[in-house]
Amino acid sequence: MPTVRVTVMLKPGVLDAPGQAILAGLRALGYPVEGARVGKVVELAVPEALRARVDEMCERFLANPLIETWTVEEPEAVR
Amino acid sequence: MTWGVVVFPGANCDRDCVHVLRAVLGADVAEVWHADRSLDGIDALVLPGGFSYGDYLRSGAVAATAAVMPAVRAFAASGGPVLGICNGFQILTEARLLPGVLMRNRSLRFQCHPVWVRVESTATPFTAGLRLGDVLEMPIAHGEGAYLAPPETLDALEAAGRVVFRYCDARGRVVASANPNGSAAAIAGVANAAGTVVGLMPHPERASEALLGSADGRRLFESAAAWLAARRPATSGAAR
Repeated sequence: MPTVRVTVMLKPGVLDAPGQAILAGLRALGYPVEGARVGKVVELAVPEALRARVDEMCERFLANPLIETWTVEEPEAVR
Repeated sequence: MTWGVVVFPGANCDRDCVHVLRAVLGADVAEVWHADRSLDGIDALVLPGGFSYGDYLRSGAVAATAAVMPAVRAFAASGGPVLGICNGFQILTEARLLPGVLMRNRSLRFQCHPVWVRVESTATPFTAGLRLGDVLEMPIAHGEGAYLAPPETLDALEAAGRVVFRYCDARGRVVASANPNGSAAAIAGVANAAGTVVGLMPHPERASEALLGSADGRRLFESAAAWLAARRPATSGAAR
């Protein structure tokens, strides 16, 4: 069954407190990184017939559209 | 009247709510299991705090898909009073029964201490018996309580008087130092358009007996009980 990779990220402008903490940690280690954003990756085993509805799944459940965006990677890219 | 307290896996304030309603208010209470599909006989509903489904994905997101939720939606749509406390508030926003979202506390810390909130609206069952500007002391206990909504939503909430509680200091002043989590406009609780569905981050059930340091939270439950009693004709079959 094809695996689809969904990546959920906070929208630009939404305060990403964990990302800020990671940024501070990297800087404390001496890496002058200029930004860090934290997101989630969900790999879904999706029957072909359901593939067209992955976006809907993201909108309804996997992401909160108020604060998050998502991208869906095609099966070829994941394998 | 009968209160319903919804029990989700990972809820940990359900028994506290049942205790306050049953032992302090003397009300009838039914525990509603997350897999139940009916709210028959329930007059007012509480979604309690806790860590439903381990806070996986997002706080409240998985609970919003629970089998009981269609019945909760129908109950809310019919004008039944619903109070979401802490994780219950998060569940109501994830279920899109309330606007906005609860984000990670700006401090990144789990905040667990008493706060004060100011009553900003009395147009809800849970605040109808209070006065605008009343200051209530209740504890918070959350890691994700920073209320956020798009600017146009915040404007609409303010214009419609749907901000129900705002974090303030002991004298009722909304100052930055009294905002424990970075909530937009110091919002601690909001209502739906009808005013019947209310969510808040502080825990009224943990502040309903003087022994616990504050009994202010009890006023929310008493207010809803009085609101329901006034709404229902005394002659209806609802007398239990």
